[in-house]
Amino acid sequence: MSTAHSARVPAPTLDSPRVAGESVPRSPMARRLLGLLALVAALAVLTVLSIAVGSRAMDLGQVWAGLTDATSESYPVVTELRLPRTVLGLAAGAALGLAGALMQAMTRNPLADPGLLGVNTGAAAAVVTASFFLGSFGFGETIGFAFVGAAVAAVGCYLIAGAAGATPARLALAGAAVTAAGYAYVSAIQLMDAATLEQMRFWSVGSLVNAHVAPMVPVVLLIGGAAFIGVLLARPLNALALGDATATGLGVDPRVLRVAGITVITVLAGTATAVCGPIVFVGLVVPHVVRAFTGPDQNWVLPYSMLSGAAFLMAADVLGRVVARPAEVQVGIVCAVAGGPFFLYLVSRRKVARL
Amino acid sequence: MTASQSPLQVQDATIGYGRVAISEGLNVDVPEGEFTVILGPNACGKSTLLKALARMLKPTAGHVLLDGKDIHSQPTRAVARRLGLLPQSPVAPDGITVADLVARGRYPHQGILRQWSHRDEEVVAEAMAATDITELAGRGVDELSGGQRQRVWIAMVLAQQTPLLLLDEPTTFLDITHQIEVLDLCAKLHREGRTLVAVLHDLNQAARYATHLIAMRDGAVVAEGAPAEIVTAETVHRVFDLPCRIIDDPETGTPLVIPKALAPVAAVA
Repeated sequence: MSTAHSARVPAPTLDSPRVAGESVPRSPMARRLLGLLALVAALAVLTVLSIAVGSRAMDLGQVWAGLTDATSESYPVVTELRLPRTVLGLAAGAALGLAGALMQAMTRNPLADPGLLGVNTGAAAAVVTASFFLGSFGFGETIGFAFVGAAVAAVGCYLIAGAAGATPARLALAGAAVTAAGYAYVSAIQLMDAATLEQMRFWSVGSLVNAHVAPMVPVVLLIGGAAFIGVLLARPLNALALGDATATGLGVDPRVLRVAGITVITVLAGTATAVCGPIVFVGLVVPHVVRAFTGPDQNWVLPYSMLSGAAFLMAADVLGRVVARPAEVQVGIVCAVAGGPFFLYLVSRRKVARL
Repeated sequence: MTASQSPLQVQDATIGYGRVAISEGLNVDVPEGEFTVILGPNACGKSTLLKALARMLKPTAGHVLLDGKDIHSQPTRAVARRLGLLPQSPVAPDGITVADLVARGRYPHQGILRQWSHRDEEVVAEAMAATDITELAGRGVDELSGGQRQRVWIAMVLAQQTPLLLLDEPTTFLDITHQIEVLDLCAKLHREGRTLVAVLHDLNQAARYATHLIAMRDGAVVAEGAPAEIVTAETVHRVFDLPCRIIDDPETGTPLVIPKALAPVAAVA
């Protein structure tokens, strides 16, 4: 078949009789449904581990008492520290995974991640600015500043990229420019002011240690709402994957879709970054691995990336609590150690990212 | 062709990119039920016209009308059920199969509450049968030859089930065999009752396959009509600056453009 078209015979190159059958062999569904079930099961196990495992060793009885009995000795650790940390870790991981998948789908760039919208630098810039001018403040305030900074940076990138005229290539360039400028700014302030450096040091690594201070209900609602809308974008994103022109022909306005997508990504990645600091590899690597399993259909890629992101971040967090007991390794470091080499592998293996 | 018979019209339109106008005061009626081919030298505005017809470009003045109403005032998904588009360089996602790509043509017929149905399944199967790609269904689009891939894209647009089809240079990048194959397919779609508009480069292919020609130069329509009427040595010269003779195509009887040799050529025995 592959050589038939070079033959000089003008007849159609197809070589077998065809039957206009009714059933079309679309990509198999059973495997992907099973995978989804496996992911949910893995998440359940990781959730239990995250509540049960920590720098203080407990048996399951103590953990159970800590969840159910407010007077028990383990209650403060289990219910007031580990439970919120687990919930927020799940939410942040899901948000990062989904935001990464959306970003890659929207830019048709398999190596894009939410950081490309300047979310991480924006958050960091806001935190150092606040710290420089206001002095020291609590982790709750850090979250607020980080979220605002992430949002401002994302909107700024979008405007620099030409707003309604933003193309994937222009978005990538604008993101790179904003990120570079932002890093320069953050480094400059930190060099000038040691207190700011101290304030930033912990947050900028990416950690869930302080997550229990975060306002849990608003964070979960924000991420949940944005994730709901994000998953609904699967079908128009499937059309956009065929190019802006084809998408237009199919009845998708790429400009409207980009505005919706950037809004959702900003809320997801901004919230997650505010809560646990800039963790880059989840949004980059998770959708990549997911696509290798699900294929390019966003109806599968998006939910898979969301669940896988949550599982990856949870696993990294639990691992970080176990490897250096009684101290712990921040989840951002674990993610980078696991994700960095994998990213290098991707870059070395892949053809140049298609924009 | 009166206005009421034309499903797709351009009225007094200024079309261009940014502040650069390619066409000004352009008027075009796409005749219903015809295979219209837009012709012209490079940068004459033919692709720009097609983009305007496909609502990818909004005229800065004037209108593009679909069924008598401004195309930009209609919901884009509703337009997508009337008007299909095969752009010049569509993108196939990595690893997508033929059947999955064709199925994406169903987008304008689906909704949040209207998921994939048996009817969608049938339409996709029909579109693949009509383009002779049924046995490629499970193959990856990236493994196909250029001609096969183009048929897959046409199947995707057919799955959209639109009475109007726009094709932007559907034969570019194909070798001659596959060019003819794609044009034969277009002719078949036209015979089945669809209205086609295509941008083509090859004058002789245009003259053979089109039932209506629009010749453009410098953003304006220079000549318009049935190929037998407008493909004359005089028109070709006006549009392309090409001295030529016109003879009858021995296969089809349609006009065949033979460029004149500019310098005297030594007679070959």
